[in-house]
Amino acid sequence: MIKLVKEKIKDIELTKAYSEQLIALAKENAMIVDLEADVGNCIFGPEFQKVFPERYLDLGICEQSLSSISAGISAVGMIPFCHTFAVFASRRMCDQNYISCAYAKNNVKIVGSAPGISSGENGGTHHANEDIALMRPITDITIMEPADSAAMRWAVRKAAATFGVFYIRAERYGQEKLYEDDSEFEIGKANVLREGNDVTIIAEGNLMIKASLDAAEILAGKGVSACVIDIFTIKPIDAEMIVKSAKETGAIVTVENHSITGGLGSAVAEVLCESFCGVPMKRIGIPNRFGEVAQPEELQKVMHMTPEDITEAAMSVIAGKK
Amino acid sequence: MEANTLNELKKFALDIRIETLNMISKHGFGHMGGSLSVADAIAVLYGNQMKYDPQNPKWDGRDYLVLSKGHCGPALYSALAIKGFFPREELLTINKLGTRLPSHVDKNLTPGIDMTAGSLGQGVSCALGMALGLKLQNKPNMVYAIIGDGEAQEGQVWETMLIAPNKGVKNFIVMLDNNKQQLDEFTNHISSLGDVRQKAEDFGWYALTVNGHDPNAIDEAIEKCKAADKPGFINMETVKGKGWQAKECVLNNHALRGPAFAGVDEVIENFRKELAAMQ
Repeated sequence: MIKLVKEKIKDIELTKAYSEQLIALAKENAMIVDLEADVGNCIFGPEFQKVFPERYLDLGICEQSLSSISAGISAVGMIPFCHTFAVFASRRMCDQNYISCAYAKNNVKIVGSAPGISSGENGGTHHANEDIALMRPITDITIMEPADSAAMRWAVRKAAATFGVFYIRAERYGQEKLYEDDSEFEIGKANVLREGNDVTIIAEGNLMIKASLDAAEILAGKGVSACVIDIFTIKPIDAEMIVKSAKETGAIVTVENHSITGGLGSAVAEVLCESFCGVPMKRIGIPNRFGEVAQPEELQKVMHMTPEDITEAAMSVIAGKK
Repeated sequence: MEANTLNELKKFALDIRIETLNMISKHGFGHMGGSLSVADAIAVLYGNQMKYDPQNPKWDGRDYLVLSKGHCGPALYSALAIKGFFPREELLTINKLGTRLPSHVDKNLTPGIDMTAGSLGQGVSCALGMALGLKLQNKPNMVYAIIGDGEAQEGQVWETMLIAPNKGVKNFIVMLDNNKQQLDEFTNHISSLGDVRQKAEDFGWYALTVNGHDPNAIDEAIEKCKAADKPGFINMETVKGKGWQAKECVLNNHALRGPAFAGVDEVIENFRKELAAMQ
């Protein structure tokens, strides 16, 4: 059961929450291994290394091997968490994630940090705008995007305890805390952050959930009651919650720090179409456009992913109701 | 090596070739060339080097083999069947719907297969992961990986070549089935590996070149690698299609289909006679 935080509390960095939880797990379980490909410093890897120098393997810049070596380590009973930037964890490791990890049924936890526009000043080469789209068709994979530190800690514990391939999308910066630390989440279960009747905003990741909650405030000022949902796991997706909220509010906006092609918006549309409950829907996310260097908040404007853009999309789908 | 052991390994390799040609020709499709070139190495591994238990394929004391050139499954399946991991008759199910013996090796289907492979370059990298994982657990098991010379054009192979010595693994031996041919052409006509033994040594490996059809030489090389203070690399000079003379060192001997198997029955029959004469 999740418990929502009542007051506004600034969250810690999600990468920090990831690192702390992985160290805590490694203390309990000698089979946990942390693998990196030369960006360990960006996810507090050295803190793990300090405590467990032998179980911290920085392989160098070799993402393909990062994936396959992790698969091999798991095949002899260990539990590898392998991390690199989301852009490399998806595009560069695609076939290895598919064959070495998933097809071979190995027990690998893939962690992609700085997804989408959150890699800001690194520019278009480093913006993972299609990592979910590349991961989502992989059979049996679980894709999670924890939106705050409590969700991140739960995701890491759950991934370690569950056999199979997991992709954890880890935005670097914390926003506001959403969940109490003792919240219990579920795989395939979305969480309602704000109740509402006129429109449902389904969002993923802390950056876009923050934008969605801000949009809900703006909408409230216009007399519109918006429901905001944190999808939490993109695969498996909470089809039941999507259908229920479509029926209750009659209009949907999806909001993602990812291309609008192949990610959350596509996944929600698939559910709605196959459930015969088509309602007006719009997707907010990165349009058909490459990334470029800028601050994340500047990119949010350029890519039309601001609270104002979400508000406009919400008003549009509400107007589209019959 | 004692004469008797050598004789047994030669018989084993011959038996692998017989079963390999029999299963793929009866099915009408299969990767012939590389399966025959690697047969002697597999005979040495399963005949004299590796620890394993056919009755308990997941025995945790076993040594591991990753057939990174995963398309040569038929040679390995033959060895596993001969050693009793599953009945020989099952070899004839290769590539049939629902089989436990697919073209490319799959650890979730076949008793005795320790890693899935098929997308070239990945298996050897997985094998390094296994060696690293065993080292972390202070386990003595050896990990062997067999790669092809065509496969060694994959960049991921060279990532493994760089990482393994740097991470200090010693329980790891990579065996290159250097049969000089890949699917399209002769390897040298496409992208030569050059002096691959020297390259491996430069990358930090204990590296040897041997005749890959001499069981005694392969066995000695493995012993030397095991004694070395580094990961071992054995460049096995081999012949693609070894044993089927009409198919040795000719183009289009990678995978055969239908009419390309013409003459195979006679080859198998000759192998059987040769094997009987060795008993």
